Amino acid sequence: MTDMPDDRGAGRSAATSTASIMRPDARTKSRNAAEKRFRAYGLGAIVIGILALVFLLASILYRGLPAFTQTYISIDVALPAETLDPEGNRDPAEMAKVITFGYAGLVDDAMQSALEARGIEVEGLNDPGVLISKQAPAQIRDWVLSNPEAVGGTERFDFLATSRIDQYYKGAVTMESAARDSQISPEQLQLADILKDEGMLTRKFNWSFVTAPDASDQRPEAAGLGVAILGSAYMMLIVLGLALPIGVAASIYLEEFAPTNRWTDIIEVNISNLAAVPSIVFGILGLAIFINFGGLPQSAPIVGGLVLTLMTLPTIIISTRASLKSVPPSIRDAALGVGASKMQAVFHHVLPLAGPGILTGTIIGLAQALGETAPLLLIGMVAFVTEYPDAPPEGFFDPATALPVQVYNWTQRADPAFAERASGAIIVLLVFLAIMNITAIVLRRKFERRW
Amino acid sequence: MPVIWILLILAGLAIAGVVLGRRRALASAGGDPTALHSRPNYHGASVALAALIPSLLLLAVWLFVQPVLIDARVTGQIPESAVPDGGTRDLLMGDVERLADGLEILVRTGRVSPREAADLSAGDDIRGQLGAIGLALGSDVSPAILDAARTFRNLSRRGALLMTVAVLGVAAAGFGLSLSRVNKDRRARNAVERVIRGLLLVAALIAILTTLGIVLSMLFESISFFRQYPIADFFFGTNWAPNFRGNSDLGILPLLWGTLYISFIALAVAVPVGLFAAIYLSEYASRRLRSVAKPLIEVLAGIPTIVYGLFALLVVGPALRDYFAQPLGIGNSSSSVMTAGLVMGIMLIPFVSSLSDDIISAVPQTMRDGSLGLGATRSETIRQVVVPAALPGIVGAILLAASRAIGETMIVVLGAGAAARLDLNPFEAMTTVTVKIVSQLTGDTNFASPETLVAFALGLTLFVITLVLNVVALAIVRRYREQYE
Repeated sequence: MTDMPDDRGAGRSAATSTASIMRPDARTKSRNAAEKRFRAYGLGAIVIGILALVFLLASILYRGLPAFTQTYISIDVALPAETLDPEGNRDPAEMAKVITFGYAGLVDDAMQSALEARGIEVEGLNDPGVLISKQAPAQIRDWVLSNPEAVGGTERFDFLATSRIDQYYKGAVTMESAARDSQISPEQLQLADILKDEGMLTRKFNWSFVTAPDASDQRPEAAGLGVAILGSAYMMLIVLGLALPIGVAASIYLEEFAPTNRWTDIIEVNISNLAAVPSIVFGILGLAIFINFGGLPQSAPIVGGLVLTLMTLPTIIISTRASLKSVPPSIRDAALGVGASKMQAVFHHVLPLAGPGILTGTIIGLAQALGETAPLLLIGMVAFVTEYPDAPPEGFFDPATALPVQVYNWTQRADPAFAERASGAIIVLLVFLAIMNITAIVLRRKFERRW
Repeated sequence: MPVIWILLILAGLAIAGVVLGRRRALASAGGDPTALHSRPNYHGASVALAALIPSLLLLAVWLFVQPVLIDARVTGQIPESAVPDGGTRDLLMGDVERLADGLEILVRTGRVSPREAADLSAGDDIRGQLGAIGLALGSDVSPAILDAARTFRNLSRRGALLMTVAVLGVAAAGFGLSLSRVNKDRRARNAVERVIRGLLLVAALIAILTTLGIVLSMLFESISFFRQYPIADFFFGTNWAPNFRGNSDLGILPLLWGTLYISFIALAVAVPVGLFAAIYLSEYASRRLRSVAKPLIEVLAGIPTIVYGLFALLVVGPALRDYFAQPLGIGNSSSSVMTAGLVMGIMLIPFVSSLSDDIISAVPQTMRDGSLGLGATRSETIRQVVVPAALPGIVGAILLAASRAIGETMIVVLGAGAAARLDLNPFEAMTTVTVKIVSQLTGDTNFASPETLVAFALGLTLFVITLVLNVVALAIVRRYREQYE
């Protein structure tokens, strides 16, 4: 590599030599070309990395954004008193005896009469009610039970359209595919088009995707993230409440008080290894210790929170130790010099100065825990839960799911409409993660101190 | 009394301890804080700690021991004849506990008076009554079970009462004793600091406990698995066919093969890309490019694996199948080794690149200067001086990435498929150790059957493999760092 171009051919004179520092010879050229190639490889690698990121995010956004809008059909529903309130006293407790099934006919009737009133007729179509989600009867029942005085009149409802109709307007279902589909027919799509022209069928932003609980296989249009978000929030509360104090305490001990001996070494090696243990192993731990041995309930945020706490601890300890280490020893010396005990020096001076760094590390640890899926699968968080958990602390023991687990759950469903919802859920998850990480970056910028 | 009430009372006692301790300390010094050995707050804290720590310890131990003792006592009471054919005592205990809980609820909601509860006989419609409060029993209640449940309930109630008295008694004793010893010359600060130091140590030991918990929980279940299934068949079996009716083939080799194959492809993607990216960023890139590109690549590391899994399932898998595998006639499955490997490779890029970046930056500048001064080009310097000098660290980074790849779960669950297969075609669906852990442990599981227990043996194998990789990698990285510091 150090040979110069002109060390060949002894006795070369100025007259016969063509070598010049101004004109590179073949070897220099090839070396320079190799240099250029090498550089291009490096640049290429960076471009590949960034392209992968862009492609990943773009494809998730492209697939998931439609989940936030949903097709609604709004029609007037007659609420006959004789079926909804047989006792005739408008007492919600009495009316609750009419189960959801008793409301099923109302939707069909409402659809029929709405079509007749507008003179709409589609050949070969006999039950127009199937355009409306199977969620609709429950929706009417809930509304009637909270507004019992409206029974006997007519009320306008916005119903979700079935997912096939919704997917038709999102481009995933076509007339051709509908002809082969047992759940939708081209006639029904024609009717949907007519309804759209009439203004009865609209597509609008769907808040219930974020707030509603999960729904069964037959009603992908009604499935929402409410329980999952609540479950994830509960788990984050538990992780924050346990991992932060324990992690900070452990770091203070290791960084400020621990004697340098074999035991301390074992603890340190242990922590750095725990940070690299596959996450699913923590799920096995949770299943064996917390559920089978400790008798805690399955699918409960408390178990998920404990497992995620153990997983997050190493992250928090490592970052807390780094920020404790960055506080200069002169601070400790000054405190000790004016008569503070070691404990006072640490708790009154070092810890507050390390605070912003600890906070940043904790937020990043929480973000990691929020996206973790595998261990939660093993402790039963995949369960199908449609009831919101209670308020904490009792709610910590109620069944719930978590955001990333809900995504997994939806990918395992047969109906393709769930794939769109899974991508939508990912967007919600990524938004939360982005907020947390940006907060961490802002905090770091704002409070970062150079000593 | 529910545990939460005990905790609240203890918290109240602690607050009272702080207030009273402070006041008593000041009073003993005649209102002059400078005459105290420790500041008043330390006296307060010492009273609070004396009330809290022994009582909380007692509470924890009691909550842990009482169920075990009661279980043992009640299990012994159930006659052998009451255990149904094919059932086990453990399953029966489940029924007993549920029945006892049900009785408790019936009494508490006032459906049954306490006296009636004591007189219930198996002939009464207990099952129907429990059904009314939403508690389903598998079968009708036999007299033996009812007796056991009644004993269980009585013992639990007595135990809970005793626990409340004991815990609150210990707390009150600690409180009183400590408060009576508050005195201006008492070295309260030293005592409090000793306790806090102890608490800090306990927090640090939780990491050790976690590791211990992981190892022990998997070890015990694995041992009971190997009692039912020959260990040699597990490690050297080439067929994976679990069958919940028994007679399963549970050979780990196809799973290990899938795991290693996918990890190999992932590393084949991540190592060159990550390494070149790191080299470019640390050796060539302008400050501006570096400040943009490095965080962007590291965003890849912050994205949860479920997102990569979904990407594999919805985008990469179908694309590979439609544009590569099917036209070439080498596979029809959208989940394949290639899908999972490629996506996992993307996930690992930032892992390799940021670790290598640190390591390359740690190579002393003098080494580069020496090489450049002798006339080498920059790429020659990098290839022949910087990378060889950083090689141990880079190998460590690659080993860490490999351990990450082997333990990765969600990408392979969604991208690799579920068929255990020993095959060379990367466009076939294969499966991994982690996928099988998930599938054997989710859904209805019976912790006595080898088909469920095998998951623990798989987990232990996975843990050992990744642990060895991690220990080696961390040791290499650590030694390398020392070399240049």
